[in-house]
Amino acid sequence: MNKKKAKLSLETKHNLTGWAFLLPAAILIFVFCFYPMLQAIILSFSKKGTGGVSTFAGLANYSRILKDKTFQQCLFNTVFYFIIQVPVMLILALGLAQLLNNPKIKGKGIFRTLIFLPCATSLVSYSMIFKSLFATDGLVNNVISAIGLTPVDWFQNSWAARFVIIIALVWRWTGYNMVFYLAGLQNIDYSVYEASYIDGATPFQQFTRITIPLLRPTILLTAIMSTSGTLQLFDESVNLTAGGPGKSTMTLAHYIYNISFVETPKFNYAAALSVFILVSVAVLSAIQMKVGDKRD
Amino acid sequence: MKKKLVGALLVAAMTVTTLAGCGGTKDNTPAAGSDAGEKTENSTEAASDEGTADGDETLTVWCWDPTFNVYAMQQAEAMYQKDHPNFKLDIQEKVYTDIEQSLITAAEAGNYDTLPDIFLMQDNSFSKNATNYPELFTDLTDSGIDFDQFSGGKLADSTVDGAHYGIPFDNGATIMAIRSDMVEKAGLTVEDFKDTTWSEFMELAQKVVDANGVPMLTSSGGSEIVIEMLQSAGASPMVDGKVNLVDNAALKAAINVYKELIETGIMIDYTDWDQYIASMNDGKAAGVIQGCWIMSSIQAAEDQSGKWAIVNMPRLDDIDGATNYANCGGASWAVSSNCKNTDLAFDFLNSTFGTSVELYDELLPNAGVIASYLPAGESEAYNATSEFYGGQTVYKDIVEFAGKVPGINYGAYYNDIRSALTDAITNVVQNGADIDEEIQNAQDTVEFNISE
Repeated sequence: MNKKKAKLSLETKHNLTGWAFLLPAAILIFVFCFYPMLQAIILSFSKKGTGGVSTFAGLANYSRILKDKTFQQCLFNTVFYFIIQVPVMLILALGLAQLLNNPKIKGKGIFRTLIFLPCATSLVSYSMIFKSLFATDGLVNNVISAIGLTPVDWFQNSWAARFVIIIALVWRWTGYNMVFYLAGLQNIDYSVYEASYIDGATPFQQFTRITIPLLRPTILLTAIMSTSGTLQLFDESVNLTAGGPGKSTMTLAHYIYNISFVETPKFNYAAALSVFILVSVAVLSAIQMKVGDKRD
Repeated sequence: MKKKLVGALLVAAMTVTTLAGCGGTKDNTPAAGSDAGEKTENSTEAASDEGTADGDETLTVWCWDPTFNVYAMQQAEAMYQKDHPNFKLDIQEKVYTDIEQSLITAAEAGNYDTLPDIFLMQDNSFSKNATNYPELFTDLTDSGIDFDQFSGGKLADSTVDGAHYGIPFDNGATIMAIRSDMVEKAGLTVEDFKDTTWSEFMELAQKVVDANGVPMLTSSGGSEIVIEMLQSAGASPMVDGKVNLVDNAALKAAINVYKELIETGIMIDYTDWDQYIASMNDGKAAGVIQGCWIMSSIQAAEDQSGKWAIVNMPRLDDIDGATNYANCGGASWAVSSNCKNTDLAFDFLNSTFGTSVELYDELLPNAGVIASYLPAGESEAYNATSEFYGGQTVYKDIVEFAGKVPGINYGAYYNDIRSALTDAITNVVQNGADIDEEIQNAQDTVEFNISE
């Protein structure tokens, strides 16, 4: 009897210790993440009245979104990056992870480090590097003219500029996602592959029937992270192309910044756009979870 | 499934927080605890400040360029200290976008404690900030500064409803800097490029392009030069508080000129600023039209000494009121509403940037600051000839240009208008879009942006 009591109180004690450890982080997250978010949502439903007092504006800021042509342009750009860049990057990352997971390859460590390294560069500095690479007389154009093709005005043409942003994003983030896949691959028991080998499975079958299904949770994780990252793209748009030419590479986040700090300030409207991104990311993530997770 | 949805929402929510964090409300009550603490702390600080106002004469200043405006403030400080030994400046170097963000954030939060006493603001965004956040500024109208002594075009940027909020600092008069050696190679003289119209200019420029194999002009970020043309004709994009882009004859003419300049190869446009600067220094272009502050970049190529000359920019053909003069950039000093010792700030600014020809004479050769304080233009220093520009009295010429710039009104919407015009110009030049249609689009965009 006594023993049991002691055990229970020990458990409660453990629980309390656990909560105590959680508490600081939880409070910080609440104060610095959830409270500002709440305020931003309130902000998006109000408007700036006379004398700087906020008044309730209902859905006015949201209905404004529907009429905003610049928003439509930025939404198009962002969705375009999302649709092209995320699949390309994830497939590349998966391929690289598969290659580098091969126990027979020599110098794996070096390759892994090299591919992961872009991720350790600051967003601004890598944007500057890409800017000079793709400059009118930059390295890329020099190579292009050296092999006898016409150089491209990368930042003067809408599609070329969007292409540069996608290349930059793929370069920066592929290694990052690859690391997740590598970790996922190490968790797959080698005996599964051996068994399938004995049953006569080809390497391609092993990849599609064993690797991909067993990596599903990791793929889901990277897909959701990339989605939310792409929808909030900011640094590349600001530093690499400055949103130009015109507004043809400007992302939603960049537009939100402009509304707040560059153009005539409209913080309430900017907050409404932020909420729009929040909802989009949530919806897209929910869809991906529904499609991607077959566990229940 | 429900749990997962919540999970997805949370994941999404957390990642978007960074964006949402931009917001801020006037409603401080929920955060009263921390705010109140901060406020009492600050008010005691303020009290002690006032208590020692006689002894402690320190002013805080925000500006951004160590070789230019920071240097200017240091010189002003040294000059003022001669009569006021206790006077001290705390000059904080801050990138301009940071200055503007800090100011807007303070205004949106309704908490001005973080502001310095004096800050420098770009003229392009001065009117926007003074109109939207007048509470950031101290009205300088009755500060004792004689505003009639400053160049009118510049003064307009920092004046809202007749109240002066800024003291004009550096001059941004537009110049056309051209390579005299390249011009001569085409059998022309620098004289030929003075007081031209755009059509005359293009004829001459074509000869220079043919003779040298490089574009006559280099530019960066298309809309800037169109905006300078617009200003040179005094054609305001805002008239009586209404957007005036459609039916603005000067604007259409300016976009046409721009299109022609690009299509004929007379002008090349670089998106990247460094490439743009390099194109002048490496002789990849025979000239540039820009605010006169570009001179320090041109002069960086010391091997080109004696090969440059400064003339005024071409004027638009067949437009009423078209001139050869415009303004691009420049900044003004403002006193913040957080300044506790305004008398000191007023007196300091008035006796330095407000009246001291001596100070401007010092700044001209050492920092390249061309004053918008008109009496400074009459001083000896401005009559000096410059070897780099082949013995031309460049400073005197530029001050003369500055005096002839027509006034132009953007309301508080310079950035909105410029951004819409950039889109229009890009579409016209890159995609061959119809000019009238694009101007209409620009008008719609600006009207939408500034509507409540």
